[in-house]
Amino acid sequence: MSDHESTYVPKTGIEKWLDTRLPIVRFGADYMSLPTPRNLNYWYTFGAILTLCLVIQIATGVILAMHYVPSTEMAFASVERIMRDVNGGDIIRYTHANGASMFFIAVYLHMLRGLYYGSYKAPREMIWIVGCLIFFLLIATAFLGYVLPWGQMSYWGAEVITNLVGAIPVIGEPILIWLRGGPSIDNATLNRFFSLHYLLPFVIAGCVVLHLWALHTSGQNNPVGILIPKDRLKKDTVPFHPYYTVKDGFAIILFLMLFSVFVFFMPNALGHADNSIPANPLVTPAAIVPEWYLLPFYAILRAIPDKFGGVVAMFGSIGVLFILPWLDTSKVRSMRYRPTMRTFFIIFVIVGLILGWCGAQLPDAPVIGNFKTFILIDGDLNSYLWLTRFATLYYFAFFLVIMPLVGLRETPRPIPATISEPVLSGAAAMTAAAPAAAEKKG
Amino acid sequence: MGRKPEPGEICLKPLNAFMPQTAGPHRVRNGAYEEQDVTEPVVTENGEGGDATRRDFIHIAAGAAAVGAGAMMVWPLINSMNPAADTLALASIEFDMTKVQEGQQVVITWQGKPVFVRYRTPAEIESARADDRAGLPDSQTDAERVKDGHSQYLVVIASCTHLGCIPTFGTGDYGGWFCPCHGSHYDTSGRIRKGPAPTNLVVPEYDFVSDTRIKIG
Repeated sequence: MSDHESTYVPKTGIEKWLDTRLPIVRFGADYMSLPTPRNLNYWYTFGAILTLCLVIQIATGVILAMHYVPSTEMAFASVERIMRDVNGGDIIRYTHANGASMFFIAVYLHMLRGLYYGSYKAPREMIWIVGCLIFFLLIATAFLGYVLPWGQMSYWGAEVITNLVGAIPVIGEPILIWLRGGPSIDNATLNRFFSLHYLLPFVIAGCVVLHLWALHTSGQNNPVGILIPKDRLKKDTVPFHPYYTVKDGFAIILFLMLFSVFVFFMPNALGHADNSIPANPLVTPAAIVPEWYLLPFYAILRAIPDKFGGVVAMFGSIGVLFILPWLDTSKVRSMRYRPTMRTFFIIFVIVGLILGWCGAQLPDAPVIGNFKTFILIDGDLNSYLWLTRFATLYYFAFFLVIMPLVGLRETPRPIPATISEPVLSGAAAMTAAAPAAAEKKG
Repeated sequence: MGRKPEPGEICLKPLNAFMPQTAGPHRVRNGAYEEQDVTEPVVTENGEGGDATRRDFIHIAAGAAAVGAGAMMVWPLINSMNPAADTLALASIEFDMTKVQEGQQVVITWQGKPVFVRYRTPAEIESARADDRAGLPDSQTDAERVKDGHSQYLVVIASCTHLGCIPTFGTGDYGGWFCPCHGSHYDTSGRIRKGPAPTNLVVPEYDFVSDTRIKIG
């Protein structure tokens, strides 16, 4: 796919003139005619959906910034003004706020798809790493944005998250004060958070360009997970347009329907009621919970009884994703042909959901019924504390133990030599290719 | 080293023409040497004139200067994010202790942070002193956390040392504060007893300026 030759022929005089000076039309045309594996399923449409999410967030965000006032005195009131007085302001803000949630739904599914089909393995490591970077920037941007309405959850969320930095030994405290611009969360903090919240989406956009550049250099993965041999290029690929523009378009329509359900019928379903109370530095809400999309990481933070250890575990849970290409020892990309790994993957998804659930609960609350079992070290065994700890253990074990070991010990199922093979001749005719064979191509 | 250029070969760096050791009787036309006039020009493999180490040194020195200059330009930008002068000016406050009754707790703001001023009951002081040797995670005696002769007053910054939530009084396992965020328990001296918080509630720098007034900061 990287050696895709340009088939664009400028027709009009203007196109010819432009093509020798700034071949931007050729760039677009080449993009549209990219040979794309013909077996991509709907899990592969999230890339396009995420692009749309970023566009929606930037467009609505730029408009909101025209009405928002980044000061502790005015922030809450200016958001209320957007909701009540600005023409269509409520829909724009609800789109922006729910857009963040939609963004994360899509990004989690996008990442799980990459995990399942082994899209992070050679030669696609850089796509994955840049993707992880985008994910991290996305979390940072979402957190900064959540602070801006200056409600109770905004304020106390900022307090808790900036305090994470203070957990670093020795240099933590000075960095914390530098980050906040004062001894506590105040006007200086809000102003810089606004500035960075405006900046980071454009950094993300830049990373998306790198993500796509890497994608088009190493070529797209596909559900079978094999590299397409050069002589099969014509038979096993289709041009991106119209085949995948239409497929992505259809998925986008479905996604926008879900988006609309939230924006128009339940705009506050994913928010927290406490954020409708103006920020008060003297009162902590009864329970501080982050937005749903950060709950698994928040749960990991709370699972560790040590302050700095919790912070390390939380950042480690994202950091481990960056080295994933080197933790997986299997030569087979797609988990379609790795039944053992697939089982562990399904458990991983469930564990991720459990962590999210635990993040929203009080650590000491019982999980089942309302009875005590026995105290294990520092908490009752029948408590969210211990459920979170077991789930956290699996989360890290999945990447650091299961992935390297299963790859070495499992027996993968036979891998087809071409994309068409499983479709045309059925499973029986598959060549029992050695797992390593897939690696030699391309 | 001293390679003869092919006829018509382009020399990218006709710089050596200016070097004394190569200033032979050669002519340069359109950047190309004419073979018959060249007397052994010093052309290294990378096409540059001799003395590669000196050139490398200049490259490294120029690069280092650029990095240094860049860092010097970035530093003011980073430093501007530190607390501004007006923020630092709000460093100290005074508080009249007669406003607190026995068994009461007042929350005041200092540097944007809430501070608990608590008038402790004799029972609270008693239990705090009794626990001085109770195997505390962050060992401190009660006497170290209050001012001599004013042991009934406990002044602590009202931020949980875990992640900064405000603990509530009277709900913990040790008669003191409990942080609702992540479940840290503090005793009646504000010392951490159980939970994820690493240290005791911080006692800010303060002094009694008179018998009934304190100055924090």
